[in-house]
Amino acid sequence: MSLKVRISLPENATSNDTIEVKTLVSHPMESGFRLDAMGEAMPRNILRSLLVTYKGEKVFEALFGPGIAANPYVAFYLRATESGDVRFVWEEQNGDVTEIVRYLAVI
Amino acid sequence: MKRSSAILICAFASLQWVLYALAEPNSNPNPNPNPRQGYDYQSADVQSLQDDEFSNPGMLWVDEGRDLFAEPAGANDQSCRDCHNQLSRVAASYPQINLRIDKLVSLTDQVQICREIHQKAAPIQYESRTALALTAYLVHLAQGEPFQSVPQHLQSDLLAGRDYYYKRKGQLNLSCAQCHEQNAGQYLRGDLVSQGQSTGYPVYRLEWQALGSLHRRFRSCDIGVRAEPFDLGSDVYTQLELYLRSRSQPLPISAPAVRK
Repeated sequence: MSLKVRISLPENATSNDTIEVKTLVSHPMESGFRLDAMGEAMPRNILRSLLVTYKGEKVFEALFGPGIAANPYVAFYLRATESGDVRFVWEEQNGDVTEIVRYLAVI
Repeated sequence: MKRSSAILICAFASLQWVLYALAEPNSNPNPNPNPRQGYDYQSADVQSLQDDEFSNPGMLWVDEGRDLFAEPAGANDQSCRDCHNQLSRVAASYPQINLRIDKLVSLTDQVQICREIHQKAAPIQYESRTALALTAYLVHLAQGEPFQSVPQHLQSDLLAGRDYYYKRKGQLNLSCAQCHEQNAGQYLRGDLVSQGQSTGYPVYRLEWQALGSLHRRFRSCDIGVRAEPFDLGSDVYTQLELYLRSRSQPLPISAPAVRK
């Protein structure tokens, strides 16, 4: 099942502009250390990583751990050089991958 | 002379009191002469998280609700949108009486009734992700508009809600009013006590790390004063929700809000 994500990336930018990229993903980030109402251990369920590539080149990577709060919000800056795809890949702990591609036009 | 004027003043005062007591709660002077949103009691970082439509984590539920609203469900294979294609400000008029069951219902209850009767879909739990997403989407549509004033035919429910608001309860023997009316703006440990306005619900609470309903908040408050909480979606909480709606005017609906 793919994750529900929100991405904020401008559609176009002028060359050498520094743009802010924001991502928000819907995920429980269950640490595995909590007990439910019945006292049963709640199984760990976390995101493993977010990898962002721009024109095939890695520009940002985040590795998540059990200490990250639910619905992780990640923002970073990117220098726009040429028009191309920005690819966002979230990987869950079971290896499931959610991939979203946005086109950034550089004028 | 002195004595008779004193009696007159007393008589006048008690007459005023009688008039006050007889007046309907709607026409009472607003118990909050200066209504303020829960937003005003939050720290700047929490406020900015709510203000940013993108980063506000409650918007994840709104997105999901928008999808669910258009998605066919149940034996009739109907989506909400198939019937309600013009449904913008409906959240501002809830809780209201559902004529089919002749009972006060919250917006979430109404979603449930629609699913049951029209879509013939499996019932959803009050605090389930689906219920919260649909409710959040509908309330978000009414953002910026105040709740409608409570109509006359809801008076008995409104009074019941008011009774609950002013009733002392729990081992701490506190009413809602003692914190949220008499001590709003004061510190309770590290937090500012708000006026307990309902305009931001459902809210994303950082403590819950999830969106939660107004009734979940009521339960937390009841547990906080060590009272026996009612069920989510219970009549008492829906009446209290109605009373809070009457107290919130003229504040605008601001859901999904973010709270600490």
